[in-house]
Amino acid sequence: MIDLVTFIPRAVVQGIPLLYGCTGEILTEKSGNLNLGIPGVMYVGAISGVIGSFFYEQSCGGNVNGFLAVSIPMLCSLLGSLIMGLIYCFLTVTLRANQNVTGLAMTTFGVGFGNFFGGSLIKLSGSEVPSIALSATSSYFSKSLPFAGKLGVFGKLFLSYGFLAYLAIVIAIVCSYVIKKTRVGLHLRAVGESPNTADAAGINVIRYKYVSTCLGCMIAGLGGLYYVMDYACGVWSNDAFGDRGWLAIALVIFTIWRPNVGIFSSILFGGLYILYLYIPTGMDHMELKEIYKMIPYVVTLIVLILTSMRNKRENQPPASLGLGYFREER
Amino acid sequence: MESKIAAVAMKNITKTFGSVVANEKVNLEINRGEILALLGENGSGKTTLMNMLSGIYYPDEGQIFINGKEEVIASPKDAYRLGIGMVHQHFKLIDVFTAAENITLGQKGKLNIKAATAKIKEICDKYGFDVDPNKKIYDMSVSEKQTVEIVKVLYRGADILILDEPTAVLTPQETEKLFHVMRNMKEDGKAIIIITHKMHEVEAISDRVAVLRKGQYIGDMMTKDTNATEMTNMMVGRTVSLNIKRNKPVDPKPRIKVENLTVKNEEGVVKLDNVSFTANSGEILGIAGISGCGQKELLEAIAGLQKTESGSVTFISDEKTTELLGLDPRKIADMGVTLSFVPEDRLGMGLVGNMDITNNMLLRSFRKGKTIFADRKAPRELAENIVEDLEVVTPGITTPVRRLSGGNVQKVLVGREISSAPTVLLTAYAVRGLDINSAYTIYDLINEQKEKGVAVIFVGEDLDVLLELSDRILVLCGGKVSGIVDGPTADKNQVGMMMTQIGGQNNG
Repeated sequence: MIDLVTFIPRAVVQGIPLLYGCTGEILTEKSGNLNLGIPGVMYVGAISGVIGSFFYEQSCGGNVNGFLAVSIPMLCSLLGSLIMGLIYCFLTVTLRANQNVTGLAMTTFGVGFGNFFGGSLIKLSGSEVPSIALSATSSYFSKSLPFAGKLGVFGKLFLSYGFLAYLAIVIAIVCSYVIKKTRVGLHLRAVGESPNTADAAGINVIRYKYVSTCLGCMIAGLGGLYYVMDYACGVWSNDAFGDRGWLAIALVIFTIWRPNVGIFSSILFGGLYILYLYIPTGMDHMELKEIYKMIPYVVTLIVLILTSMRNKRENQPPASLGLGYFREER
Repeated sequence: MESKIAAVAMKNITKTFGSVVANEKVNLEINRGEILALLGENGSGKTTLMNMLSGIYYPDEGQIFINGKEEVIASPKDAYRLGIGMVHQHFKLIDVFTAAENITLGQKGKLNIKAATAKIKEICDKYGFDVDPNKKIYDMSVSEKQTVEIVKVLYRGADILILDEPTAVLTPQETEKLFHVMRNMKEDGKAIIIITHKMHEVEAISDRVAVLRKGQYIGDMMTKDTNATEMTNMMVGRTVSLNIKRNKPVDPKPRIKVENLTVKNEEGVVKLDNVSFTANSGEILGIAGISGCGQKELLEAIAGLQKTESGSVTFISDEKTTELLGLDPRKIADMGVTLSFVPEDRLGMGLVGNMDITNNMLLRSFRKGKTIFADRKAPRELAENIVEDLEVVTPGITTPVRRLSGGNVQKVLVGREISSAPTVLLTAYAVRGLDINSAYTIYDLINEQKEKGVAVIFVGEDLDVLLELSDRILVLCGGKVSGIVDGPTADKNQVGMMMTQIGGQNNG
């Protein structure tokens, strides 16, 4: 039987990068932009943080200041993903390029960008294995509350994570509240549903699309940062992030565009993602592991079928998702 | 009236789109407490003129005075600031939002749906609207949506209202309700501009009419001093006969026989209940009914596009009879049964917006010919003919259909269906939103088909037209046949009664 007390924290740390990606993508999609570049953005967010942390560690020579160790990688990560968001917006909103093509190109670009600079840093550090370890800065990211260890099962389940994990949950709750309850959220949803209507009501469609997409990218980028700095203990190796970005996009559909639902479903997906490690298959049945790895995607397919069948209008994607907007077009 | 200052005065307004002059030196005035009807053919620049007032377009030349003061209206926001609100022909509402959310959209400050709801209630009580602020738009009928649009405009404090073809999709009863509200608003001192193509509505509601023709201002007059013929002549620029000819059907023979037809929609609601009738060749069978009473389902069932529960539809030609139910729509079309259905959004069925007129003609004929290549010559000629005969306003036949104005899109659709030389012509709302001159062109075309021996089934909204055009009228009421009356002798009130009650009797 699976030991839940060890399994759940593992599922949570697996789920947090997904939660960042999912919240960011929901915010983006609510404005009608389908950003398939999220996997790339998360790569860029991760590598930007790694670059910042690498040069900080190099420059201070072991004397790491806790505040700087956290803020420099974070700022670098946010800046990296912001630039990705701006490129995406410029292409799709200003130049009205096709969103799917742009997004896929951004993903390919982001992964390549990450691997290129990752490779360069590995070379710079003169490391013998194909990875770099940034343990000094990473330890500040993964620091949990000092008394967490003393609280037994409760501490292990709820307090054993680094601050970025809690930030992810706070961001998801705030996003949920803003989208649902505030005027800004109402306007954002209006832009995603019908930019024509929003425009006629005096809402600045272009601004809403830019701001929400860029913010969404920055949030998603933090997911990459969390992965490398906390989950992977500061170890960057090329392609290690894998397909988590795509899983985050699948989560958006799974949560039917609700960031607060995303908190639980990302942990669920995190659990499903690593479930194969916990189900004993024996050495002769390695193929079963591969089947278990499919579970998150199968679940997404089932959810897609269920939400389409229920056919409730509120559960459908924003009506103008994936479409460009140009005021004078008939 | 205490002041002589006009609420709105537009002076020498000119607007061009590329080489097309949409408005040329137009002067227009509207006073408070007055309803002005703006008349003109499709493409005469009415909507463009009003869009300049509501900030969607910006005039190239000319001045706009609001309450005697010259103003610059550069965006919809400016228009709202000046108290100008426009209800567009295509509603600008968000389906998944509630009425209250839609009404408060774009406002500033903290979101307070409760306070907004109270204010909406207040507006509704004042003018006699009936709106549930918490109802989602997708649950609403067309008339409810329109009410939300009007309340939205009033909520923002507009006292100059522009209504662009508000009655095009309303039933007579809903129209009467709207007019009642408009009169209340007029009493309240608001200035109202209404664009409509229906002459009897102009006579019923407006105080004054202003006429545009080909972008130019022709003149205005008090409604009580004029009549439909004079107004139409001003719009068209020549004398138009407002009589629809109705020749006696020549040698009518049964062509389509519908027996005990029952249709349920996807939700299992009965849309047609045991409908039986016969459509004859060389005859126009009008179908009257409040919108959504099964007209669409009936036509689609005949054309093979709708699943049926029970009953039969028989096609009777000179040689043999064929059961149409269960046949492939393409086979039915090959037998000469054509369907031209003009939906509320016009482009929804029958035409592809991004394709040009020629390619849209090709949609009907691409299966013809023996080679793997489609014949493009015939459709091109057809496109040219339709543009010329129906006076479609377009830069050319290679223009994507979606760029044409609504009325012109419709001419292309109806023109194509009629040109395919049908034996049975099914047409619904063929003149919806068309100006009077174009509408009469379409009536003539339909009459021409009738004389060729085509069995025409004509679903219409305008009861006056149905009574003038049809040889027989089938009245639908809630999916049931309420009765079939003889066209030339039918009485409007009687048909109206039959639309709301089976058989038209009060005790029935």
